[in-house]
Amino acid sequence: MAGWFARSSTLARHLGRKMSMTPPAAGGCLRSIRRHGTLKAGDTVLSCTDDPYRHQQMLDFPGGKVMFVPEMNFLPGSTSERINCYRVLDDNGQTFSKSKFQELSKEDAVKMYTDMVTLQVMDTIFYEAQRQGRISFYLTSIGEEAINVASAAALKIDDVVFPQYREPGVLLWRGFTLQEFANQCFGNKLDYGKGRQMPIHYGSSRLNYYTVSSPIATQIPHAVGAAYSLKMDGKKACTITYFGDGGTSEGDFHAALNFAAVMEVPVIFFCRNNGWAISTPTTEQFRSDGAVVRGQAYGIHSIRIDGNDALAVYSAVHAAREMAISESRPILIEALTYRVGHHSTSDDSTKYRSTDEIEHWRTARDPVSKFRKWVEGNGWWSDVAEEEHRSNTRKELLRAIQIAERTQKPSLSELFTDVYDQVPRNLLEQEKTLRETIKKNPNDYPSDVPV
Amino acid sequence: MAASLQSAALLSNRIDPHRRLFAPPARSLPGRKGSILVVRSDGRISGRLSGRNLITNAVAAKADTPTSSTDSKPGHELLLFEALREGLEEEMDRDPRVCVMGEDVGHYGGSYKVTKGLAPKYGDLRVLDTPIAENSFTGMGIGAAMTGLRPVIEGMNMGFLLLAYNQISNNCGMLHYTSGGQFKIPVVIRGPGGVGRQLGAEHSQRLESYFQSIPGLQMVACSTPYNAKGLMKAAIRSDNPVVLFEHVLLYNLKERIPDEEYVLCLEEAEMVRPGEHVTILTYSRMRYHVMQAAKTLVNKGYDPEVIDIRSLKPFDLYTIGNSVKKTHRVLIVEECMRTGGIGSSLRAAIIDNFWDYLDAPIMCLSSQDVPTPYAGTLEEWTVVQPAQIVAAVEQLCQ
Repeated sequence: MAGWFARSSTLARHLGRKMSMTPPAAGGCLRSIRRHGTLKAGDTVLSCTDDPYRHQQMLDFPGGKVMFVPEMNFLPGSTSERINCYRVLDDNGQTFSKSKFQELSKEDAVKMYTDMVTLQVMDTIFYEAQRQGRISFYLTSIGEEAINVASAAALKIDDVVFPQYREPGVLLWRGFTLQEFANQCFGNKLDYGKGRQMPIHYGSSRLNYYTVSSPIATQIPHAVGAAYSLKMDGKKACTITYFGDGGTSEGDFHAALNFAAVMEVPVIFFCRNNGWAISTPTTEQFRSDGAVVRGQAYGIHSIRIDGNDALAVYSAVHAAREMAISESRPILIEALTYRVGHHSTSDDSTKYRSTDEIEHWRTARDPVSKFRKWVEGNGWWSDVAEEEHRSNTRKELLRAIQIAERTQKPSLSELFTDVYDQVPRNLLEQEKTLRETIKKNPNDYPSDVPV
Repeated sequence: MAASLQSAALLSNRIDPHRRLFAPPARSLPGRKGSILVVRSDGRISGRLSGRNLITNAVAAKADTPTSSTDSKPGHELLLFEALREGLEEEMDRDPRVCVMGEDVGHYGGSYKVTKGLAPKYGDLRVLDTPIAENSFTGMGIGAAMTGLRPVIEGMNMGFLLLAYNQISNNCGMLHYTSGGQFKIPVVIRGPGGVGRQLGAEHSQRLESYFQSIPGLQMVACSTPYNAKGLMKAAIRSDNPVVLFEHVLLYNLKERIPDEEYVLCLEEAEMVRPGEHVTILTYSRMRYHVMQAAKTLVNKGYDPEVIDIRSLKPFDLYTIGNSVKKTHRVLIVEECMRTGGIGSSLRAAIIDNFWDYLDAPIMCLSSQDVPTPYAGTLEEWTVVQPAQIVAAVEQLCQ
């Protein structure tokens, strides 16, 4: 091959300017070229018995062999058809005749459904509590209950979760109680975060759910690092990280996907494409066909799924987990969905989108009611059970909120602990100064925070 | 460590019999057998530490010192980058969770050869070559640390870690705190920084000034092969995120270090040269400029006390305080810019704590507030030179 190439390259230099991009003939046809003199553009080369083109259509550059072509073809920025979306349930909660999905046991299906309802109720009540001034901030996951709970259901407890902030359903599935949620939102002394973060920044090392950090997409490289750690340990587990459509614009997203592919680590990148990044619609976020096409750019297997279809989410995450662990590779899942609620309690989304649109997605495309139809269709749920579950959850939540509200806040000493593993001298001094200040001005100090 | 503390205590007790204001650093690492050498610039040793080998070269980069009769002296000679590697290798042998990640650290062995030979020995998963995305591989290191590994993250040049600032500040420094102590981040972030020889402005940055505010981080700066190895080991063993500042021009320093294992304390300063007239506080490369100036000063009849502060966050106010109480005059020599550098914070800390002991305003010599020029002559004059140090001491001691 090299021999051919050397000869053909000299030929090419010799004939270069006279030819367009037609590749020069192989040595076997040298005679014919000499006979005919120079080739003109558009001339076809005499075909020789051992197809000369075959040897000259491949070049090796660093990175591997690549075919070359005489025509200049720009890859289009997008295909005429968008990547298809995997879906199992139709709008009425019935499976399609050709649906392929991961089977669910009754217990799991009912737990999934009830957790989705709990999440919905929790979001509504905490949102109202914020509006009443009882907590300072809240962020709902309305419209994304299927993503939250079904993805969690397909994972095991050893799989490490790196959330963005709209995934409390994962924690709920794993066993975080309503009281624990309330404690974090109220920042009382029972909060595992010791009152240091704003509401909804949950974290639980026991449940392998890593504390939410506000900046967008910073958790994506963390997930890759954790997957690297799992790979080093030889554990049969993966990591999963969630982010929105907006998060895919951050530099961290791109580098993390690249790293994961290069290092071949078991991580599931779960993109909740819910159409909005605060007020930025996806049309202003990217020009690619969503997030799914980006996976291929980095060499990652990717799939687009209907995020409002609990069974589709469950099946896709189940399959992704299998692939990630057995083949030690990353997977990208783009779940199409809709952010029904406002971005957070600091946002009023009616300012940038129509109330009709929001209502449509809240009612006609609600993932909870869709899954309910399927569960009821199997005879595993009923109206009575629904009423009971919603009312019990509501009662439990209200009680949890009351208790959390009344529980003491963390004491002052927790202001200075955990900055380092042990409190260093400068922080001890600062604490001492603060205590002295408080002693001198007791009336300025809040009464519900123990000193 | 105990031995040198005792000797420091001896010194201060002789001078100041009154109660010390601050207790010594509470931490002591287990298994430490080494001790700090208390060396005078003329080669004499003080304290109880006689019989050890000495640093007799005060000036940097004398890498071509002939290695004479190596068999008769204990310990072994090596260059600073080899000392860093030795420390790293010992820790990787000791703890399988220690791993390295960075650009070109694996097969290439690191752009300053600190990780040379480690990838063939430990495999290229454990000594990981990363793509070029500092924010992301720092984030990766943080994620790995939270799940139980102990990564050593290398920035090819400290200046590139500015790209990782988000991860270092928002996650590395904060996640232990905001998670309520549930997740710890025992990373070591290291790399060469400081003004080199014509590396250009972007490659001559002093990140210690930018990082010093981040709560949750610890910062140390090494300056000799001895403390480089000791600090590297201590940083890896620490459960806090530690930033280890190395200097581009100090990698080829040669020194004889002990054969036995030793780990230094991250929060301690190093007494380089005890004295009576003035306390000179410095770190990293400026230590060598100071020691060069010290020779001139000694010839002129001054007796400067030189302390390499080593721990940039937190400051070792115990050692520094004892020195201030003895000499009553302080000169800080740093490579940071004048505005917002380590010197500014150190000055504030000394004023807050030792105001009554000062006989003169604290002087601080820093680099100028300019991007480092490429031209060699200009570059030389952006950093503090020994002549300026001599002049400053003369002015202080009037």
